[in-house]
Amino acid sequence: MRATSLTSDVAALIGHADDNMVLAQRLGEWISRAPDLEEDIALGNFALDHLGVARALYTHAGEIEGKGRSEDDYAMQRAERDYLNFLLVEQPNGDFAQTMMRGLFFDVYQVELWGDLSQSEDETVAGIAARALKEARYHLLHTSTWVVRLGDGTDESHRRSQRAVDALWRYTGELFDGSGQGYRSSWDRTVGDVLHEAGLEIPDDPYQRSGGRRGFHSEHLGPLLAEMQWMQRSYPGLEW
Amino acid sequence: MDATELSGVGVVTYAPTLDLEKARAFVSQVVDPEIPVLTIADLGILRGVSIEDARVVVTITPTYSGCPAMGQIEDDVRSTLAAAGFDDVEVVMVHHPAWTSDWITEEGHEKLTRFGIAPPVPSGDVLCPRCKASAPRVVARFGSTACKALMVCSSCDEPFDYFKVF
Repeated sequence: MRATSLTSDVAALIGHADDNMVLAQRLGEWISRAPDLEEDIALGNFALDHLGVARALYTHAGEIEGKGRSEDDYAMQRAERDYLNFLLVEQPNGDFAQTMMRGLFFDVYQVELWGDLSQSEDETVAGIAARALKEARYHLLHTSTWVVRLGDGTDESHRRSQRAVDALWRYTGELFDGSGQGYRSSWDRTVGDVLHEAGLEIPDDPYQRSGGRRGFHSEHLGPLLAEMQWMQRSYPGLEW
Repeated sequence: MDATELSGVGVVTYAPTLDLEKARAFVSQVVDPEIPVLTIADLGILRGVSIEDARVVVTITPTYSGCPAMGQIEDDVRSTLAAAGFDDVEVVMVHHPAWTSDWITEEGHEKLTRFGIAPPVPSGDVLCPRCKASAPRVVARFGSTACKALMVCSSCDEPFDYFKVF
């Protein structure tokens, strides 16, 4: 299945689901490796929230598509070119500062997105979005607190935080391509305020990468999917 | 021989009448696997019980998107109803309207407090479930489950879980 074989409404749901699926997998990589126990639990819970959103959206997309595909079929049986997630969420965790920065950029976007979709005429989408909106706000409370604390912290935490902004900024532009364009001004304002409070600079370099929503990914998604899918690929239909 | 050929025997369709109130009573007793002092009715995630044809249809709404207990709750609903004699059961998950912690019943709030968990407080102070002191300190935004935060009482110094407003 290529993205082009999906109807636009199904492709939109799959794109949002893939964002959450991929980020859940990334955050799960932190388990047992976070700076302290509380962060380990927090990151694990963020991952669970994203996974839950992905499952609900995949299931709903399958109902609309009407070809009998389940949440597992979408998650486990599609290749890299069929995944429609943004490049931002597939970027490696890096250090803790980078994970928090990626979270900040994505959480602010998701607060806008879910606020919008909670008004959807599709009741199921509206319900999923209304719940995810509260979760995204809570995630944002956490990531923005950390970005300020690290950016405005020691020389070392500041240096690493600025490095994270510089590394990830180029992946933020595509969040506002197409249907997301209306979220740009709020996102710029909120992210700008947090970075300002953290004493961090937005890069001058205007270079932006895009392509995630069309299935063109950075080199990082393939290995992530390989790790996530290998069991189902090796033993199709295997149950726990 | 076909039964209808027997004299005095008409065509009989066996239509069991399922006892809706009994089904509802049993389903209402299913507890949350992570907070076993609360039933799914106390928690407000049980949205409806109905009989459709010869089947019991139970409608539930997830709390958090990632609540890992939903699968267990579905299994528990089935096994509870099976034990009460209801074999044909469908558990439907609905996402709309989204669950909110406002749906936890008053009785649910009391049960939480007795269990040592501070119930959600939409406005005003979170109170220590033990000594009722206000203004606790947040230790971690996530406690023993996704729906709770870990706090420490500023008066008696006891750590406790707080069921977050959601």
